[in-house]
Amino acid sequence: MSTTGTTGTDDEAALVHRGADLLRFATAGSVDDGKSTLIGRLLLDSKTVFEDQLASVERASRDRGDEYTNLALLTDGLRAEREQGITIDVAYRYFATPRRKFIIADTPGHVQYTRNMVTGASTADLALVLVDARKGLVEQSRRHAFLATLLQVPHLVLVVNKMDLVDFDEEVFRRIRDEFTDFAARLEVHDVQVVPVSALEGDNVVSRSARTPWYEGPSLLHHLENVHVAGDRNLVDTRFPVQYVIRPQSGRHRDYRGYAGQVAGGVLRPGDEVMVLPSGLTTRIAGIDTADGPVAEAFPPMSVVVRLEDELDVSRGDMVCRPHNAPTPTQDVDAMVCWMDESAPLAPGRKYAVKHTTRSARAVVKEVQYRLDTDTLHRDESADRLGLNDIGRVRLRTTTPLLADEYRRNRTTGGFVLVDEATNRTVGAGMITSA
Amino acid sequence: MTSTTTAGRYQLSQLAALESEAIFVIREVVAELERPVLLFSGGKDSLVMLRLAEKAFAPAPVPFPVLHVDTGHNFAEVLETRDRRAAELGVQLVVASVQDALDRGLVSEPPDGTRNRIQTPVLLEALEKGGYTAIFGGARRDEDKARAKERVFSFRDDFGQWDPKNQRPELWSLYNGRIHPGESIRVFPLSNWTELDIWSYIAAEGLELPSIYYAHEREVFERGGMLFAVHDVCRPREGEEVFTARVRYRTVGDASLTAAVRSDAATAAEIVAEVATTRVTERGATRGDDRFSEAAMEDRKREGYF
Repeated sequence: MSTTGTTGTDDEAALVHRGADLLRFATAGSVDDGKSTLIGRLLLDSKTVFEDQLASVERASRDRGDEYTNLALLTDGLRAEREQGITIDVAYRYFATPRRKFIIADTPGHVQYTRNMVTGASTADLALVLVDARKGLVEQSRRHAFLATLLQVPHLVLVVNKMDLVDFDEEVFRRIRDEFTDFAARLEVHDVQVVPVSALEGDNVVSRSARTPWYEGPSLLHHLENVHVAGDRNLVDTRFPVQYVIRPQSGRHRDYRGYAGQVAGGVLRPGDEVMVLPSGLTTRIAGIDTADGPVAEAFPPMSVVVRLEDELDVSRGDMVCRPHNAPTPTQDVDAMVCWMDESAPLAPGRKYAVKHTTRSARAVVKEVQYRLDTDTLHRDESADRLGLNDIGRVRLRTTTPLLADEYRRNRTTGGFVLVDEATNRTVGAGMITSA
Repeated sequence: MTSTTTAGRYQLSQLAALESEAIFVIREVVAELERPVLLFSGGKDSLVMLRLAEKAFAPAPVPFPVLHVDTGHNFAEVLETRDRRAAELGVQLVVASVQDALDRGLVSEPPDGTRNRIQTPVLLEALEKGGYTAIFGGARRDEDKARAKERVFSFRDDFGQWDPKNQRPELWSLYNGRIHPGESIRVFPLSNWTELDIWSYIAAEGLELPSIYYAHEREVFERGGMLFAVHDVCRPREGEEVFTARVRYRTVGDASLTAAVRSDAATAAEIVAEVATTRVTERGATRGDDRFSEAAMEDRKREGYF
């Protein structure tokens, strides 16, 4: 058995990894709209599916009596998922083209798994919402598009699937596209694409289809490969949450004291004047180290070690920023919260552990301001609690100040999770609305 | 990583981004959890893990020990690399021996002579004995469809069990490592890496690997469509003909289960080129243990396996 194919060259391999960047995208859609099939098709047509995986899926499809190779079986891996034919939990898939590596957060469509959609979208650069061309936009499509924009996913793609079942009718596509564009105009999103595809037959997934001559846009893969994401990060507001203090205390590095962390915003350079929160003391950056040697600048999402000119008392949970551009230390936090716990609702008076950047605190719920209907975007101000999969605006009071930014300015310094202190379960995801 | 660090102005290459993410995760564990340990076999993924740990705390030493669950079915070259790397970095190497567990009656030898499955009780015992609450593993989500569902911080109960329906949501890079006594967190900093990423990283870093990963002549025989090395624990049965082939290993595990693939790739760069165009997964090509059933990995993970 040989492991090598005949296509491909050293150059191609080198291209895959030199200079290529990373696009993370989340997929959403309602049940049976063909999401798993679309992912299967992307993997298959980009030649990411391996022969043994395909053979296993072909065998499983035959065993189930499916008429065609069920590409959904490539992604539905858990026993219960195969039994029920649905996707239960968010799964991560990988594929690469010479231009980019892709990480797919494949999130389930069932309404009871909204929290998984939120989870997948939290790190996504782009969200892909699928609809069935025969059904058009349904509640779930609107909910998923809304959730993606709430999570500040910068790029949105509506994939109108099953075009083969409506005879590749341009009118059907136009109607869905226009309805979606109207809806998206009410959301906070700047880049919306709509692509007609047949995931089952492969139209407009990897290459443009001859069956949609009226469609002038790119194939789905072409769009994924070319969408510009480098400009989505905040390179203006310098944010460096201190993760860990490195002090070798031995050998030739006895006097070394560095602050390890991942840059969350802005660009850091040696010589920069910086302020450390919460102390508010200022100093300069003496140097930025990595295991491969010092660097002249550090930007998101680089993990580095920052040394400061003065000996300040700096520890985990502190934040390095600029003197005139700092996050707001606050104990009163207003946030949109997605509730993820089935056992108990979020309600005023309840206390949780909160994790925000590298900082941990405790928080008490002061008030539920409203619960949001994710289908109509209606605010129910009479609500006084959030149940499983509810999203609403909440006011919290924390024991120690959070060094917070608005989530819309910075997803890292604007996001937090709530943890139940008795069960240790992650029960809520929060996005700071005002800081 | 100098030649592959950036993809443009203020833009990391995907390999540098994966490295940065893994370093963040490793530091997070050391900052928040008591008694971490790194599962370390001397295989390629664990060598990458150890390099990342080295980078995460430089110039300070790696602040946790490494643990090897030794099946006794090893390739000598891999054990040699294991011992040498641990010594070079000055990290403490803890070895939990499956043979010793067999002798004590903790586990019994399966009839097929393979020891992959009986590693789990030995691992769990070693974790309990060491009091380890955070266990780094080199597993990747691209390896298996059950692993595709795994969190970066994977909560395990008092029995080391994974419950795919009861996982903690993982948002942004906010990892929840809170546990009660007896519980633990398995941590997978390489979750988002693929086999190609691992090899590209090995090439970029110039990491030294056991020689069996590179093409070499070896006495092999064919079984179930796979090429197995003649080894103390893996002998040809009647009718299985031994011949010499030019092979390399894509994964290194229990010698009785891990097969080699035909290859001429003798350097990391040549393997990167080969992996980029391969049409078979590493597990499908070389791991007998995942062939037991459609959900073999899920079932073993539920029992406490990595």
